[in-house]
Amino acid sequence: MNFYNEMVDASGGVRAHYQGYDQWLRATPPERIARKRAEADLAFHRVGITFAVYGEEAGKERLIPFDIIPRIIPASEWTAMQAGLRQRVRALNMFLHDVYHDQEILKAGKVPAEQVLNNAQYRPVMQGVNVPGGIYAHIAGVDIVRAGAGESYVLEDNLRVPSGVSYMLEDRKMMMRLFPELFASHKVAPVQHYPDLLLEKLRAVAPKGVGDPTVVVLTPGAYNSAYFEHTFLAQQMGVELVEGRDLFVKDGVVYMRTTQGPQRVDVIYRRIDDDFLDPLAFRADSALGVPGILKAYQAGNVTLANAIGTGVADDKSIYPYVPDMIRFYLDEEPKLNNVPTWMCRKPDDLAHVLDHLAELVVKEVHGSGGYGMLVGPAASKAEIERFRQLLIAKPDGYIAQPTLALSNCPTFVEEGIAPRHLDLRPFVLSSGECVNMVPGGLTRVALTEGSLVVNSSQGGGTKDTWILED
Amino acid sequence: MLSRTADHLFWMSRYIERAESLARLLDVTWQMSLVPQSLEAANQNWKAIIALNSLDEEFAARHAAVNAENVLRFMVSDTSNQASIVSCLRSTRENAHAVRGTITSEMWETMNATWLEARERSFEQIANAGVGEFFDWVKMRSSLSRGTTLGTLLQDEAYHFIRLGTLLERADNTARILDVKYHVLRPHGDEGATDFYQWGALLRSVSAFEVYRKAYRDVITPERVAELLILRSDMPRSLHFCLNGVVKNLELIANRQSGETHRQAGLLHAQLHYARIEDILERGLHEFLTDFMDRIYTLGDGVSKDFLVPMAEAA
Repeated sequence: MNFYNEMVDASGGVRAHYQGYDQWLRATPPERIARKRAEADLAFHRVGITFAVYGEEAGKERLIPFDIIPRIIPASEWTAMQAGLRQRVRALNMFLHDVYHDQEILKAGKVPAEQVLNNAQYRPVMQGVNVPGGIYAHIAGVDIVRAGAGESYVLEDNLRVPSGVSYMLEDRKMMMRLFPELFASHKVAPVQHYPDLLLEKLRAVAPKGVGDPTVVVLTPGAYNSAYFEHTFLAQQMGVELVEGRDLFVKDGVVYMRTTQGPQRVDVIYRRIDDDFLDPLAFRADSALGVPGILKAYQAGNVTLANAIGTGVADDKSIYPYVPDMIRFYLDEEPKLNNVPTWMCRKPDDLAHVLDHLAELVVKEVHGSGGYGMLVGPAASKAEIERFRQLLIAKPDGYIAQPTLALSNCPTFVEEGIAPRHLDLRPFVLSSGECVNMVPGGLTRVALTEGSLVVNSSQGGGTKDTWILED
Repeated sequence: MLSRTADHLFWMSRYIERAESLARLLDVTWQMSLVPQSLEAANQNWKAIIALNSLDEEFAARHAAVNAENVLRFMVSDTSNQASIVSCLRSTRENAHAVRGTITSEMWETMNATWLEARERSFEQIANAGVGEFFDWVKMRSSLSRGTTLGTLLQDEAYHFIRLGTLLERADNTARILDVKYHVLRPHGDEGATDFYQWGALLRSVSAFEVYRKAYRDVITPERVAELLILRSDMPRSLHFCLNGVVKNLELIANRQSGETHRQAGLLHAQLHYARIEDILERGLHEFLTDFMDRIYTLGDGVSKDFLVPMAEAA
């Protein structure tokens, strides 16, 4: 398979936007690079920028590997991508509003009603609820890959609690600290204002009539895999980091318990899944949530970001319909490509998938984080057979896509510099009519040779992402 | 500030102080046991430590005999004993982890590193290197935690809860050490000859040996030791000093339901401020200290109810 290399073109020449970096890399003594890489490792460890891995010893924390070769995207390319992201996230928010109100798109037959209404992520409690500005996914993490000859595809729309933005910010801080000279010689678009932008968005969606809203970040607690990010964002925004037990609901209003008595809360940036949010409404065994918060939310006394029930729009069974949503709501042609997808619930699609398992990527409809997926070309016969049985037993639980020849980028690995596959997760922020993002996003890189799975839970690393002005 | 955040800060500082106090208590007992005495008398001292912490049952479930090695093993590095030094250091770290966004990164790194290092040491390693060295290490790490707190943390509400935790814990521990050792050293309260070494060890355990010399310039007498540890307002581990700080910090964090706790702290402080050691000894030191510890417990309870436990939702 031929892969698109982000840095070098097919004839071996360095692409224009990488030339400055390439010259620097050639001119910099390897010892200095090695010393700087060690320095980065040490700093990340000491500060404790770590994540917990599920399934490993409780409380064990790991470092996400950081690579010093940036992923560079020319500004012109980013501008086009940004327009596509705005369009896509706007349509997704309109879809969510529609699903929870008049369901025009279902009536028009553009998306099969049963795929939406029977979806486990569809929340009947949200039917008819009006949310500020009609925005459901305030924070979206849209995963984009480049494949083939360099064209981009959206792999996934993460509309529930997308994470990783703290790594984007820490990676930039680290690069600037290690190699300030690179930033003097390159016009790299800044990203450090993300927390301010986020706070601005969260304040903008406060319930009506609240002049100076109190915003909090709601975390499941210190043992959550993204706890570092929760503390980081709260600290950067200067708001309280709360757990479910710090909040309570009285007369339909949410309060936090402080040393000076109860204090009203207006906007909650929640990093807890729907299922755990309110034991009275969802999972009764949840100790992480706040009893009664759904009622307060339905009454419009508090804003949740993201809204409840966004999962119905980023589910892999709904993903194939996003281009149609864009046409339906915006009357525009999609600017970003979707990956062709076989829906195994359709008998014809299933037959095709079963015949081509060794070539395809198979994903669980409700899976995420790179768990429970089959990468056909890299899988053993036994694994393929196991998935064949799974597919036959529960076809509607899976989709399949062609194995994309993900682009790669030179990356420091043990044996030196070698190409590794990567993706990009821009963080798209919405409030009312405005959709904003900081330039770029989080670049994740699969550090294992040949691996196409970039998730940090599967051993992926990160790179600083540069949007480079010409 | 969130009640839960205040709670974690309060207990973070109590646990590191408790680890230090325990190291001090075990250290003085260890040193006293080196002075020639009957085995029975020595074991009696070790037994007192278990009784002092109300751990008789837990200890008996793990060890048949009360002796130096078993008590040290149980109180130093037994992770199944919530009151052991290592457990206290773990609790310190866990509380700090929960509020790492509130404390400074230097504080977090200090407490995290203390726990990581403590976790690596087996009891055998500690015993081989000499328990005294380990106790010194614990005291040093506690000092470091206090130092980074004082040197880096904004002196806002967070700082006041940390100080409150430290001082309440320390007051309780000084009272305990004094109670158990005074008892052992003067079982009948008679005025017989006192043992310089034993009293010296007690003073050293609360870093008061040099202070005593400086303050009294005289031989060590039990009355003066009691006076120093109870009534001296400028001696950092005395009851009076601790209460100075408790009252001051309570004033700084006051809310509309903390009046009664503040009043009780003020009363206890005033009694120490105007007390004479002769009166305390005449009434009975043990009775005085028992009453003091009860009142410290009530104060801690009051702080919990007023600030840390979520306030009445009816409010």
